[in-house]
Amino acid sequence: MKKMMKYVVIDILRNKIIIGYTILLFVAAVSVFSLENNSSKGMLTLMNIVLIIVPLVSIIFSAIYYYNAAEFIELMVSQPVKRVHLMLSIFSGLALSLTIAFLLGCGIPVLLFSANATGYTLVLSGVALSIVFVVLALLASIFTRDKAKGIGLVILLWLYFSILYDGLVLFLLFQLSDYPMEKPMIGLSSLNPIDLSRIIILLRMDVSALMGYSGAVFNEFLGSGWGVLYSGVMLLGWILIPSWLAIRKFNRKDL
Amino acid sequence: MIVATNVSKHFGRFAALDNVSITCNRGQTISLVGPNGSGKTTFIKCLLGMVIPDKGFITFNDKNILHDYRYRAQIGYMPQAGKFPDNMRISEVLDMMIDIRRKDKAERDEELMTAFGLDKIMDKRMRTLSGGTRQKVSASLAFMFNPDVLILDEPTAGLDPLSSEILKNKIMKEKGKGKLILVTSHILSDLDDITSEVVYLQEGKLVFHKSIRDLRRDTGEEKLGRAIASIMQKNMAG
Repeated sequence: MKKMMKYVVIDILRNKIIIGYTILLFVAAVSVFSLENNSSKGMLTLMNIVLIIVPLVSIIFSAIYYYNAAEFIELMVSQPVKRVHLMLSIFSGLALSLTIAFLLGCGIPVLLFSANATGYTLVLSGVALSIVFVVLALLASIFTRDKAKGIGLVILLWLYFSILYDGLVLFLLFQLSDYPMEKPMIGLSSLNPIDLSRIIILLRMDVSALMGYSGAVFNEFLGSGWGVLYSGVMLLGWILIPSWLAIRKFNRKDL
Repeated sequence: MIVATNVSKHFGRFAALDNVSITCNRGQTISLVGPNGSGKTTFIKCLLGMVIPDKGFITFNDKNILHDYRYRAQIGYMPQAGKFPDNMRISEVLDMMIDIRRKDKAERDEELMTAFGLDKIMDKRMRTLSGGTRQKVSASLAFMFNPDVLILDEPTAGLDPLSSEILKNKIMKEKGKGKLILVTSHILSDLDDITSEVVYLQEGKLVFHKSIRDLRRDTGEEKLGRAIASIMQKNMAG
């Protein structure tokens, strides 16, 4: 499995997109910190950038990579290699490369300009988001045979999690404003990994004014410590459950 | 050595394989023949675990191949159209396969590679290769690890006459070592000298599985091509 992973990582690093992504993140992070003289303001701006760019790049890059690796996959499944190992090597190769790119592009500036608990939380949630969206991309592309359809689906998923979901939740809140919605809100936020990361970071930052409705609810009901723990566990679930589904499907797939 | 029992596979409503049972033994050279879309490639892919049958099971040396992968170390497979990662060099692909299949240099069989002259173009990237050269690479890979079983799907398609002669000689040589060889081809004259058994598939069903001697006797034709043609004609009429 290590060997296959090696080939996946070599193949990805050959791709210049991942280097471009690192540079983009680095430039964005450094400029954000240099523009704002207050580093926690800079953190907020950086958070908003990270929450949009990291899922987008992770999900689209991974989906395209999976479809382009069709030949590699076909070659490997006829060899004495376990399918689970093949899938896990592709997954860990992608997750590893995107995590390293994120750590270099965003982790270093954070370490330089704002090396505190909030900064580390931002970096950690960025890493978690990268992995979650790699898994989601693989799940979507294993289920769709057609490349164009698969990439379309993946873009839709990103659009849903980063934009549409908030709108839907707001709409629901507005419609049901006569009822106590605090507890269902916790559940609803758990259904969106981007929301979860945002809540983790904001709980750490302790800027209640910016927490929004779901963040405030988390703070009130779970307190910031439990809130972070709960969101962390939920994010882990967002990694484990889709990868389990993806592997199960891949094991039975005709190639 | 390989026993397929009641294997069925549907793609949607289309039955690619319908209750096919075939037994393959060591030392045989089995030709899988049949019209286009008769399920030959699907059957081969089932043997390799690339396609998972809906019904029935396949055993390799008395072990069910489902949930197993180690048995593939004993199979050399040459697909109908070899697909390789585009931006890898020939040498990188070979190194990768060697890395994964873990065979020492002494145990490797690189005869075909030198015969095809691939050692002179090792630095070429896969995407720059012609279809025929790609076939040569996948043929070399199939024979490289000295497997007990060779599965060749349309091995001579796309090869020039000289290379296809080299490949046929290599198949004969491996046959002499008592290996099990499964071949599909539409060029029946290619199969003439190497075949010991013929499996005929049509619309996913096994029509017959006979030794070449029986087939020649039953049809009264000496050439495999003629024998198969006469059977196809009979089937069309019936």
